[in-house]
Amino acid sequence: MKNCEYHQIDPQAPSTPNPTLPPPINANKKVIRARRKWQAFPGRNRFYCDGRIIVARQSGVLPLTLGLILVTSTLFFIFDCPFLVEHLTSCIPVIGGVLFVFVVISLLQTSFTDPGILPRAGPDEAADIERQIDNAGSSSSYRPPPRTKEVLIHQQVVKLKYCFTCKMFRPPRTSHCSLCDNCVERFDHHCPWVGNCVGKRNYRFFYSFIVSLSFLTAFIFGCVTTHLAMRSQGGKGIIFALQQSPARYPLPLIIFLDSPSCTAIELVVCFFSVWSILGLSGFHTYLVASNLTTNEDIKGSWSGKSGSEGSRNPYSYNNIFMNCCAVLCGPMPPSLIDRRGFLPPEEALPAATEIDLPSLEAKNDINMCRQGFRDLSPPVPL
Amino acid sequence: MAETHSLQDIRQQAAVAAKVFVQRDYSSGTICQFQTKFPPELETRMDKQQFEETIRALNTLYAEAEKLAGKSYLEGCLACFTAYTVFLCMETHYEKVLKKIARYIQEQNDKIYTPRGLLLTDPIERGLRVVEITVFEDRSSGAGR
Repeated sequence: MKNCEYHQIDPQAPSTPNPTLPPPINANKKVIRARRKWQAFPGRNRFYCDGRIIVARQSGVLPLTLGLILVTSTLFFIFDCPFLVEHLTSCIPVIGGVLFVFVVISLLQTSFTDPGILPRAGPDEAADIERQIDNAGSSSSYRPPPRTKEVLIHQQVVKLKYCFTCKMFRPPRTSHCSLCDNCVERFDHHCPWVGNCVGKRNYRFFYSFIVSLSFLTAFIFGCVTTHLAMRSQGGKGIIFALQQSPARYPLPLIIFLDSPSCTAIELVVCFFSVWSILGLSGFHTYLVASNLTTNEDIKGSWSGKSGSEGSRNPYSYNNIFMNCCAVLCGPMPPSLIDRRGFLPPEEALPAATEIDLPSLEAKNDINMCRQGFRDLSPPVPL
Repeated sequence: MAETHSLQDIRQQAAVAAKVFVQRDYSSGTICQFQTKFPPELETRMDKQQFEETIRALNTLYAEAEKLAGKSYLEGCLACFTAYTVFLCMETHYEKVLKKIARYIQEQNDKIYTPRGLLLTDPIERGLRVVEITVFEDRSSGAGR
């Protein structure tokens, strides 16, 4: 027996890509690092904490969003709260704190949750679909078969398109995000502010983020205005009040300017940014109430603009309350991409089992899977 | 596991002859339902009735997972008030039903599919797109009903 040098690798350790080691011959409690599925994920995403956290490859302006919220809220707590607690009520920082925590948690959940990515079709499945398309196409003599399929959903004709990247017919309401290179279920839009797609699994987080952010910005705006008003009531007018307040005046969602004379401009900009967030919340409230996605609304899929006459949304329950419940309080679907699962061995067996196959390579691959599945922790529902 | 030993025997002895994919049925919307149409490749291997029963049972289980009922609303509302952090520590209703589905598929494999040289793959492993049925080459003479 050859004396092979090896050292035990803990499959639970934070992963770094390993160069492939030659499999040791004496497979006695040897552990070759099993690769998790996220390491071989074909889409344009980045993963952290060994696959627990998923973000789009381009984080967009997420750091800016987070930074603005954190800095604005911190300055609010430092400069406005003491004055308002002294002159009004001590509930102000409590309410502000609760809203701030809600906003940050919702933002992080929207950004780090799998939006509902559909795993790409395996080679067998893709071949089967191609066969079906060819069979369907051979019946039409003069035109190549379009890669669409029509289905009837609640007596409404819906066209399903074939996705060339994911090699499958997209389910209804699914769209392929070109930024993330994934098909996402119930695709709403790709939001650069949160640096992720908004889809079936994280739409409720996104909605709670924008609603709580509207409340937070309105609350801070109100407090700042009150603060200024109360200072200017000291008899010396608003200009004195502006000059009294710190140069970097805390106002939501705007870039800080140093000069005190710009404080007035900041107030105006803040006023508009509050309205833009409120407008977005209002728009999404309308979408939730009619069980529509931004994608469908923009394309006018059900409004009759591009579709045939009499086309109506087949997914709506025709009841605002039911629609809201379905979208926001429905059961939380699981992540379909199984980021932390282990990749199957090369023989492409569907599930890991304890088979002793004659081939040595296969044996080590199976050992790897066996070890991996023993150590497999339950999937995190993100 | 004792149940997988028979699966191992099948896999050791038989090569994959074909794979049959049962596609999703979207007539009721986006909820997870599979077509009950009997694939022609399975005609020589099993009863149409048994196949339809398996798929209907799966459809019922998935409908239970996605049902908009009191329990899921409670879960949703509780989650909303806790800024959805409760999902980090609690197993959702959907996940509980998925485990039930996995057990059901294992049971079906043991009782019906494996003795016929077939293997049902849990749809969750295929992203809930298809029910994959692997047809193994029928080498043993005693295989069949």
